[in-house]
Amino acid sequence: MHRALISPYTNYDVLEKRDSLSWNDATRRAIAKRLSIPRVPRFFSERQWQTLDAVCRRILPQADDRPPIPIAALLDATLLIDDTQGFRTDPLPYDQDAWRLGLKALDIEAQAIYGAAFHVLPPSTQDGLLSRAQGGDLHHPAWQPMTAQLFFEKRILVDIPAMYYSHPTSWSEIGFGGPASPRGYVRMELNRRDPWEAIETSAPRIQEDPYAR
Amino acid sequence: MPVDFDSRPRAVAGRAPDVFDPKGGFVPMRSYDEDEAVDFVIVGTGAGGGTLAARLAELGFSVVAFDAGPFFRPLLDFASDETAQNSLYWTDKRVCDGENPIKMGGNNSGKAVGGSTVHFAMVSLRFRPEWFKSRSALGYGADWPLDWREMWHYYTVAERALAIAGPVHYPWGPKRPRYPYRAHEINAAGRLLAQGCEALGYRWAETPLATVSAPRGKSPPCVYRGFCRFGCSTNAKQSALTVWIPRALKAGAEIRDLAMVGRIEVDDQGLARGVHYVREGKWRFQRARHVVISAYAIETPRLLLNSATDRFPQGLANSSGLVGRNLMTQSNQAAWGRMEDQVRWYKGPPSLTITEHWNYEDRGKDFFGGYCWMGQGPMPIEWVSVQTGARGLWGERLRTEMMDYNHQIGVKMVGEMLPDEANRVTLDSDTDQYGLPIPRITYRWGDNDKRLIKHALDQMMMSLDSVGATKLFRQEDDTNHLAGTARMGFTPETSVVDADCRSWDIPNLWICDGSVFPTTGGVNPALTIQAIALRTADRIKALAIRGEL
Repeated sequence: MHRALISPYTNYDVLEKRDSLSWNDATRRAIAKRLSIPRVPRFFSERQWQTLDAVCRRILPQADDRPPIPIAALLDATLLIDDTQGFRTDPLPYDQDAWRLGLKALDIEAQAIYGAAFHVLPPSTQDGLLSRAQGGDLHHPAWQPMTAQLFFEKRILVDIPAMYYSHPTSWSEIGFGGPASPRGYVRMELNRRDPWEAIETSAPRIQEDPYAR
Repeated sequence: MPVDFDSRPRAVAGRAPDVFDPKGGFVPMRSYDEDEAVDFVIVGTGAGGGTLAARLAELGFSVVAFDAGPFFRPLLDFASDETAQNSLYWTDKRVCDGENPIKMGGNNSGKAVGGSTVHFAMVSLRFRPEWFKSRSALGYGADWPLDWREMWHYYTVAERALAIAGPVHYPWGPKRPRYPYRAHEINAAGRLLAQGCEALGYRWAETPLATVSAPRGKSPPCVYRGFCRFGCSTNAKQSALTVWIPRALKAGAEIRDLAMVGRIEVDDQGLARGVHYVREGKWRFQRARHVVISAYAIETPRLLLNSATDRFPQGLANSSGLVGRNLMTQSNQAAWGRMEDQVRWYKGPPSLTITEHWNYEDRGKDFFGGYCWMGQGPMPIEWVSVQTGARGLWGERLRTEMMDYNHQIGVKMVGEMLPDEANRVTLDSDTDQYGLPIPRITYRWGDNDKRLIKHALDQMMMSLDSVGATKLFRQEDDTNHLAGTARMGFTPETSVVDADCRSWDIPNLWICDGSVFPTTGGVNPALTIQAIALRTADRIKALAIRGEL
């Protein structure tokens, strides 16, 4: 069944404030760079990229009504320039090695269980594998020295959402005010909104099979 | 370190960035020769080192202060963005282990002139007086060699220096003067915290904050943009970068940015004679009569351990074996829920209201120590990390929950964790980009810590429930500030430094930052670190006058 997630902020585009007093030049530079990120692998190999892209689609399925956020490309760039948090937690390797190792191991699990690469599996099967990783139920030696569960918790569920919610499209979707310097905000009370904030038009909702009506 | 930022030092050739100049100008800076033994070299320019650099220079000492990070110009460099501001944090290689490994990076570290005060949440609280005698008065932890009444004086000095905005009457603890600036307007998230406290019968207050509520010098009043923890791009924040560093420069201190100190050199008499540091890819040496380490609870012990010699094989100032031990973080769990109303918690400083009820109430506890809780306003990436970290959400469910962003509320604790010698910083065999052994950070929550956390989570859930929040959940696994690893104390056998932050083993080696805390209390540490630094500067002057330096 087709399901569509409908944002409560249908008419809001945070980028409309780009040239306003809510954005300073440093912000404009940073966001321009993010919006023009090359959508090709530079850190990952082609094969790793395919697996990663498939994982991203399951962790954060994208909106039908807005251009997709290039999650894999943003992560690729982050790892390439080492714009990470820097530390590692035993037994996980540093982020770059953890990602290369984890994507390879996930693909090996897919091959071992289903005889096919992760990225060609049907979405529900991919979800099943990811759920097993989250639940600590994948044990191929290829995960060593980490575990599937640690990789899922500490890398997949940390980095992929961080990339998605670093993108202005996601800010529009959740009604976040976005960059706010130097203007800031004036109306701080409950249920009050500055004119430059998002208007909520409905509650967030899942529309079941929207094309059938 | 991300490549975005121009990685050449800015404080060179007799001038340093003018942080208040929107055009990128400079202020004059005194420069010292490396062969000239300056009175004080200070390693680190945050809450401890920045404060000390200003005060020592103002008291007439020659000072060179080093920071491994860049000298930012907030008005020009700072974006309103969670990701782009990653350059403020200490993101060099580190390894964490133990039963409850600490999350490092942006969580609790800074790598910039001004240290982590550049991105701290500005919460400026005093310790409860009894905490300075927690062993003898409350039965846990260790006593401080400091008297609370003296600290009360230095808290007042620090609050004035930082123009703290806070309430006229603070409802807990002994009398204190009114805060220098009026309290900030309370946002919706802060109001809901207050309502919750009133329902439970607890007092609450506007949180004393180091961001100005009215113009002050070249700082404009806070505009409530909400990105405080990613650097203040308007200079309303009263950080070490905007308060102490300009004072230090004016008083004749030299600041060396992008200068990583890797080793303290000790001479044949067992005295410190200067520091080896890397700047622009070259190892250099600065002579000094005294060396102060203000590099915080990870880098301070790391530098002491990395400076080991034949004479001090266990590292410097470590005859007690306590360097690196008794590392403390603070419990930072939270309760979250959803309101029918629109809260829009991204507006304003994140923690505009607070309750310190359980810092001052000892009855009804099955644990030692205390905690406070404050209102919250996480930005989207931090918020999604709560949804994935605490609830394990992903897929369509995650995106749907995130669409409730503007209806969300939360309260988050700052809780006291007890010192434990097994929680510690050691050296790992791996090395960083400077070729220096990296720190290994080992941490485990004790039974007392777990009881305190459970108590706090139950209380915070009740407070959200009482304001009509629904879909409540607990964030069980988070910690924040650091302390310990070079504790102050009464004897050389049981501590690393004395009450004046002077090391017992090497009389011209000092440590002045959160590392010296014997216990960590249930409040954010920044104001206490600054109060200690103010006291240390006065003590150094007094000792100099008596010829005991």
